[in-house]
Amino acid sequence: MADDALFEFLHMEIVSHVYKEHATREDIDRERVTCVSTLEAMGFRVGQGLIERFTKDCPSFKDDLDVMKFLCKDFWSTVFKKQIDNLRTNHQGTYVLQDNKFSLLTQFSSGKQYLEEAPKYLAFSCGMIRGALSNLGLEGVVTAEVSIMPSCKFQVVIQKL
Amino acid sequence: MSRQSNRATDSKKMNSELFTLTYGALVTQLCKDYENDEEVNKQLDKMGYNIGVRLIEDFLARSSVGRCHDFRETADVIAKVAFKMYLGITPSVTNWSPAGDEFSLILESNPLVDFVELPDNHNNLVYSSLLCGVLRGALEMVQMAVDVRFAQDTLRGDNVTEIRMKFIKRIEENMPAGDE
Repeated sequence: MADDALFEFLHMEIVSHVYKEHATREDIDRERVTCVSTLEAMGFRVGQGLIERFTKDCPSFKDDLDVMKFLCKDFWSTVFKKQIDNLRTNHQGTYVLQDNKFSLLTQFSSGKQYLEEAPKYLAFSCGMIRGALSNLGLEGVVTAEVSIMPSCKFQVVIQKL
Repeated sequence: MSRQSNRATDSKKMNSELFTLTYGALVTQLCKDYENDEEVNKQLDKMGYNIGVRLIEDFLARSSVGRCHDFRETADVIAKVAFKMYLGITPSVTNWSPAGDEFSLILESNPLVDFVELPDNHNNLVYSSLLCGVLRGALEMVQMAVDVRFAQDTLRGDNVTEIRMKFIKRIEENMPAGDE
């Protein structure tokens, strides 16, 4: 059973590595986009895998809102040690998940210091959410937004097929 | 200690899987980025080193071990405290060299390789190279230069996973090395 701290250390190092690598390969303009998409893709695979294991014995979900609630409570508690603090929706496929003390940002700052670095550390988590949703049957676009750390908002837009 | 409920054990298991899956995604990405396995091994080792130099502080803060007096004590602490705390396993310490400067850690199970199979075109990949780097980095921060390598690996057909650790020298007190 791996310790919680291990994931945080590994995540930090992965972000650092991806940015170092891409800085030496691509030109600076494209650096941001490529790094974030690499991290997001890694998170996607992990999210898919986690959900497979997690929902082995669960009954199927009634609707999208049920899936999102599962994500906010069970999935979030397992992965980030707490539940989502606030879930809002426009009932037309857009959901905003607010976490007031996001576990991957608590060590950064409790305010606006290092704000520009925060998105790097959210890409992986966005990917995880997208991967989790994908294996629960929902295609979505996930973005994250931070204004004051360690609080952040994940916006999920479900694509209707 | 609080009583472990079913939820808590499930939760711990999930975290273990989170780490394992993330590590797997990392190795896959590195295999895509680099042409040969040797490069991937090197990168994993480097990343492990960077993690190790930070992990040692977390370890020292959470365990209450004092300074080790010799290499044997170090080996015991690594196997019985550190591995137990971070990976939930207790490897055995064996195969001491006559000079007492080299030993093996035998892992019956390796959490990093749950769900993992090496494909045929990656025969030289030492999947768990990160561990070598972590051990090396952590010990360097407590003034010990060591050489760490995998002598046996279940992913490559061996029965157990064996990590061989060799003491090289004591490092003089100086500023910590930066990230490689």
